[in-house]
Amino acid sequence: MTTVDSPGRHDTANRPNPARWLVVAIPYVWLFLLFLIPFLIVLKISFSLTAIAQPPYTPVLDLGGGISGVIEAFKEFTVENYLWLTEDALYAKAYLSSIEIAVVSTALVLLVGYPIAYGMARAPKAIQPMLLMLIILPFWTSFLIRVYSWIGILKKEGLLNQFLLWLGVISKPLTILNTDTAVYIGIVYSYLPFMILPLYAALERLDPTLLEAAADLGCRPSRAFWRVTFPLSLPGVIAGCFLVFIPVTGEFVIPDLLGGSNTLMIGRTLWNEFFSNRDWPLASAVAVVLLLILVVPIVIFQNRAERGEGAINKVPM
Amino acid sequence: MAAKAIGPVRRTFAPWDDPAAPPFIEFRNVTKRFGDFVAVDNLSLTIYEREFFALLGPSGCGKTTLMRMVAGFEEPTEGEVLLDGQDLAGVPPYRRPTNMMFQSYALFPHMTIEANIAFGLKQDRMPKAEINARVEEMLTLVKLTPFAKRKPHQLSGGQKQRVALARSLARKPKVLLLDEPLGALDKKLREETQFELVDLQQELGLTFLIVTHDQEEAMTVADRVAIMDHGRIMQVATPAEVYEQPNSRYVADFIGDINLIEGRIVDRAGGRVWLDCGEAGGMIEVEQAMEAATGDDAWFAIRPEKISLSLEAPAAPSVNCITGEVWDIGYLGDVSIYHVRLPDGTTMKSTVTNRTRLVERQITWDDRVWLTWPRDAGVVLTR
Ligand SMILES: Nc1ncnc2c1ncn2[C@@H]1O[C@H](COP(=O)(O)OP(=O)(O)OP(=O)(O)O)[C@@H](O)[C@H]1O
Ligand SMILES: [Mg+2]
Repeated sequence: MTTVDSPGRHDTANRPNPARWLVVAIPYVWLFLLFLIPFLIVLKISFSLTAIAQPPYTPVLDLGGGISGVIEAFKEFTVENYLWLTEDALYAKAYLSSIEIAVVSTALVLLVGYPIAYGMARAPKAIQPMLLMLIILPFWTSFLIRVYSWIGILKKEGLLNQFLLWLGVISKPLTILNTDTAVYIGIVYSYLPFMILPLYAALERLDPTLLEAAADLGCRPSRAFWRVTFPLSLPGVIAGCFLVFIPVTGEFVIPDLLGGSNTLMIGRTLWNEFFSNRDWPLASAVAVVLLLILVVPIVIFQNRAERGEGAINKVPM
Repeated sequence: MAAKAIGPVRRTFAPWDDPAAPPFIEFRNVTKRFGDFVAVDNLSLTIYEREFFALLGPSGCGKTTLMRMVAGFEEPTEGEVLLDGQDLAGVPPYRRPTNMMFQSYALFPHMTIEANIAFGLKQDRMPKAEINARVEEMLTLVKLTPFAKRKPHQLSGGQKQRVALARSLARKPKVLLLDEPLGALDKKLREETQFELVDLQQELGLTFLIVTHDQEEAMTVADRVAIMDHGRIMQVATPAEVYEQPNSRYVADFIGDINLIEGRIVDRAGGRVWLDCGEAGGMIEVEQAMEAATGDDAWFAIRPEKISLSLEAPAAPSVNCITGEVWDIGYLGDVSIYHVRLPDGTTMKSTVTNRTRLVERQITWDDRVWLTWPRDAGVVLTR
């Protein structure tokens, strides 16, 4: 039976199959239309100059002009915006402080999220779907509104201060709103589900007999956590950290609403360049550099993961 | 690989016959319930130091549960488990001098084979050089040295099983619990490993508790076997005793092949029992000391290989002779099994060693044959 079976299987695998190609092509078409093309447009704008015009930059690529029109446009491209990013220290500071805030808040989210995900994965199987729903529930409300509501909680006469005063922990209201602390609180709150979900997925499929085996071999539970549970949840940790770190680096809403005037984040800078200064080319350059800062380390990381500890990312279960 | 002669050593080893021998693992009226379900039912069992003890029984009868109570993953609902005289209640698994080979292997997927085997040794804070030597020794034992650097998912089922075995053996625990350790191995490798296990157990003086579905395996490796059913132990005895003197129809039927004939005890005298088996077997005479009263219902049990088959009626009137027709012949290579239909329609099986080649076989389908056996070949069972 196998001798009849296996050549047949090979044939279908080698024969050019339109349906197969379609399936393979869908993600590429998606990426091409919704990622690469917009990126190229932004990239092009970043090499332009501001102009008081519609659109507010020059040169405008006129495809009607044919090849020569494209060449003309290329001749007018300039790297001035990128030079400007290096000249004004504000940008470097904004990038660095964004990354710093993103690193710290990713660590915070991990610290808060891991125990929650762990508890969920260990909860009785029957209530796990409900716990999962509770984690996803905040998404039913708009992100903006949820961040806004933190203003009500954190402001001088807000709920938190009232509660602490009532408890007698403090004698006069704390200034939390419009500080970095408020930004961290907002980020941890908003991004927690993005950490918990991949962590839970990794922890939930962990075979409990592995922990029994570790105990059987003389390993106490605390050690077993670091030697078995944590390494096996690493794919979830990595996925969760990326899901938090990347959007937080470019975060605009939270620092704008909860942060103070000295909370410097690149997302805010970008917003200002784009909408307040109407400097599209500079804003585009800021965005392109941000993308490079985020993508390059990820690509390096992925490459190393593939070559070296590849197996850890694809733990067979 | 060389299997050492195990005969002389083993024959003298019988602590279970010695009332003064201290028990090593002891179950005292142990009951384990999962909700309403009784997995282990008021079970008492004593296992001695250096014993190779096998648990046999159908799927779901509680073998794994019994082992998990020794390893510390389940606490008995009632009763107690003692190890070396100490009550194990409340002792966590990582403090128990036992190691278990899991039925599902439970290998750490993120560690190499080497690291898996070294895991327990590292917990014991063994010096590095010693760990390496022991890992090497274990890899050689299970013939996986070339695979040391692989991860579990890069191994076949049988190879994984051997890693699990090596990992549980590496610490040379006082008690080794083996839950179907050799099920995924091919026959040849299984037999080799069986001998290795026995060797190792002898050499290190360890106590092994093994679960197996393979009766032959239990017979080969174990000093004693326990036959379980529904959380209870039906019989505990040496393999030979279990085979030759089963204490119930359940055990007789579970181990090996058996012919069972229903009858009634009609007389008892001088260490003999007479059983009236009606149309099927006539009057059967058995040499056996037993307590049953005359008139009791009983079953005569005899192994197929203990029945002789002939084409002619025995010359002199003999005890235990019945006649029937050959209904079917099962050829197994070394032996053939003859299914003989008795006048009342029941069939008896008789195994005949194939001393000649098949074509020259004398007895064939539809032949009238006589089945005879001596008084001491079978047993009378009352339950
Ligand atoms: N955690 C549990 N919760 C509920 N029932 C259980 C649990 N563990 C085992 N059981 C039940 O207890 C009985 C005995 O299980 P056990 O695993 O000891 O069987 P076993 O003899 O090892 O079977 P097998 O030969 O198939 O491995 C089974 O009927 C099983 O369904
Ligand atoms: Mg089992």
